[in-house]
Amino acid sequence: MIFSVHVEVRLRPGIADPQGSTIERAMPTLGFSGVSGVRVGKSIRFEIDAADETAARSEAEDLCSRFLTNPVIEDAIVELEPAGVAS
Amino acid sequence: MSLRVGVVVFPGSNCEQDMLEAMRLVGGEPELLWHGDATVNAVDAVIVPGGFAHGDYLRPGAIARFSPVMSAVAEFAAAGGPVVGICNGFQVLTEAGLLPGALQKNAGLKFVCAPAQLRVETTNSVLTRSADKGAVLNIPINHFEGNYTCDAETLAQLRDEDRVVLRYVVNPNGSVDDIAGVCNEGRNVVGLMPHPERSTSELLGSTDGLPLLRSLLSL
Repeated sequence: MIFSVHVEVRLRPGIADPQGSTIERAMPTLGFSGVSGVRVGKSIRFEIDAADETAARSEAEDLCSRFLTNPVIEDAIVELEPAGVAS
Repeated sequence: MSLRVGVVVFPGSNCEQDMLEAMRLVGGEPELLWHGDATVNAVDAVIVPGGFAHGDYLRPGAIARFSPVMSAVAEFAAAGGPVVGICNGFQVLTEAGLLPGALQKNAGLKFVCAPAQLRVETTNSVLTRSADKGAVLNIPINHFEGNYTCDAETLAQLRDEDRVVLRYVVNPNGSVDDIAGVCNEGRNVVGLMPHPERSTSELLGSTDGLPLLRSLLSL
């Protein structure tokens, strides 16, 4: 069974995000004065062929911890659903 | 007999020629090691030089650690062989798990290319054994992701075990505890952000890289 996977890679809380803070600092110059807490991450999409959702999730999470994230500074949120479902 | 030094080349490495030149200058016999070959060719020491291995895609070093040569480098390191990672090479060694911690983006979001003052914190490492403890070396840095970080426990361990090899006199990038370079438990694997191969001649503004490069050859 094919599952569509979406991984959001985020900097862990407490890890400095100079990119996010630079974007945040630029916002008032465009007139957006109420925006705060900007964090920049990565979005990675792929498909996994697995027996069921549990197996697919376990493989995706393994992939995240061993390759897609550096656990020292990043963590990941994994979303998945059977492929072909409109999202 | 001069020692053979293998300089690893990934697609996107760009400091390997400078390193060959620098190693010849200090009397080593350098050769290139291609990332796709799963061997270190029986050299006496390995250097992972700077650049942008595999384009730094995903994260610096994230893809390089899967190159076939890296399993040979890991084996060489485990057997006590001297391994030094410089700049992108440091990032590769942390991603490969040969050194603790990680290099995050510089505080201030600036790519920093400037001379840096480094203090030699220990002479108990393959990169500093011919240097003087407490000496301040003038060696350039050239990086965007050189902000060293690790968890509190790892930091305490690095300090307790005297594994912070070099510290910045003035912190240029936000690195925790001013760390510029660290070593592994065996003290035979060292990673540093500054470029000693670029401080090998008065014409380049400094010769302070020489004692570090000589250390690697003083087995």
